[in-house]
Amino acid sequence: MSQRTPLFDVHVRAGARMVEFAGWEMPVQYAGLLEEHETVRTRVGLFDVSHMGEVVFRGPRALEALNRLFTNDLSKIADGQAQYGCLCRETGGIVDDVVVYRRAADDLLVCVNAGNRQKDFEWLAGHAGGADVRNESDAWAQLALQGPLAAQLLQRLTPLDLSPIRSYRFGHGVVAGVPCLVARTGYTGEDGFELFCGPDAASRLWDALVEAGKPEGIQPCGLGARDSLRLEMGYRLYGSDMDDARTPLEAGLGWVVKLDKGEFIGRDALLRQKEQGLARKLVGFVLTEAGIARHGYPVVQDGRKIGEVTSGTRSPSLKTSIGLAYVPPALAAEGSTFAVEIRGRPAAAKVVKTPFYTRK
Amino acid sequence: MEFPDSLKYTREHEWARMKGSQVVIGITAFAQDQLGDVVFVELPDVGDTVKKGESFGVVESTKAVSELFAPISGKVVEVNGPLADAPETINEDPYEEGWMIVVEPADPKELDALMDASAYRAFVEEQ
Repeated sequence: MSQRTPLFDVHVRAGARMVEFAGWEMPVQYAGLLEEHETVRTRVGLFDVSHMGEVVFRGPRALEALNRLFTNDLSKIADGQAQYGCLCRETGGIVDDVVVYRRAADDLLVCVNAGNRQKDFEWLAGHAGGADVRNESDAWAQLALQGPLAAQLLQRLTPLDLSPIRSYRFGHGVVAGVPCLVARTGYTGEDGFELFCGPDAASRLWDALVEAGKPEGIQPCGLGARDSLRLEMGYRLYGSDMDDARTPLEAGLGWVVKLDKGEFIGRDALLRQKEQGLARKLVGFVLTEAGIARHGYPVVQDGRKIGEVTSGTRSPSLKTSIGLAYVPPALAAEGSTFAVEIRGRPAAAKVVKTPFYTRK
Repeated sequence: MEFPDSLKYTREHEWARMKGSQVVIGITAFAQDQLGDVVFVELPDVGDTVKKGESFGVVESTKAVSELFAPISGKVVEVNGPLADAPETINEDPYEEGWMIVVEPADPKELDALMDASAYRAFVEEQ
């Protein structure tokens, strides 16, 4: 039985097409993926991301305990800042990729992927290191307001001054009468906010944003546009581009692995892997021939399978076929070429730098 | 949703229309709606043969890859070339501008086995 967010009825009433995703019944599209995608790139879109989970670390040991479970370095950010990183196993395999919101050194909120709510909580609570670890996933709804016009719209609805809340910072304020954690974070590559509020207030907040956003041309968006927007930025998706068997170094997330910060779970394995070299690496590619690469398609060279596509789509902004794939390190450099096998036929591909899309 | 009376329909949501002795083939309004935004289409070449019930191409939307099944056997005599650069035409006008191929049928009677508009509408409503 799949779960529903507090906004389920709102989506159905608005005529969204619902699908099952990671155990949740979620809207995949409202007006159509391409239109929603374009709206987020040029104006402002609103997403229900209440399926994401929240695990909270509290107590005097909270910062230290979480930092030992996290590849990035939480001692480097101040209260009111957020940081992206991975939770790793001892093997270096990725338990999840998460955003940590540092409310205080003794109060940190970990935003986890929907499909990993229970797994992450068990992992984190099982390595609590003296912190008080709670799964507060059901106590939060989350709305993502994304796009170049998000800030001007949101500012009309809240007395909280948004200008000091720069990227990866957050504050607390009342939005349209609803108390929220207001974070300048997102998964689209555009400016925007993620609003964490109580589940009972979610539909009131949603309706207020949709109503107030009319002058901006606001558009409710589904998971389809969320996926094409994130992929244009080269953002990895847990479960597709990474999992427990892949490390952050292989997944191209070395920039959030701080090996010199001190001990953390997975550090030894990652150090070893760095010394010995990687067997495979996640790269961004574009197809230089017709076709669309999809998750699971083989990467081939000289008739031999040498890797696998983990994400692929036709980029609505760039009008080309883009994707992410694991390939041998020898083929990971920009400009390297290989083929993606699409329904038995090879289509030429070329490694490019990510993000695929650069904000205008 | 519109299902013109002049067409025949398959359970895989293709339509077929007689044009003289030839048969024009495309996908239905229901099919394009289910697919969402079509972004890529792969069609056979003129001269290829297609076989009733077997795949003759692929249509991809932003969220799915879907095979196209021939409503009738025969030889491909025309292909809608402009679809390659404007696959969204299939969403916008599935029955006219969004046609896919024209086939010279081996046995035109094969069309009799397909659904008419009212049968197809009933079929779609069960989906």
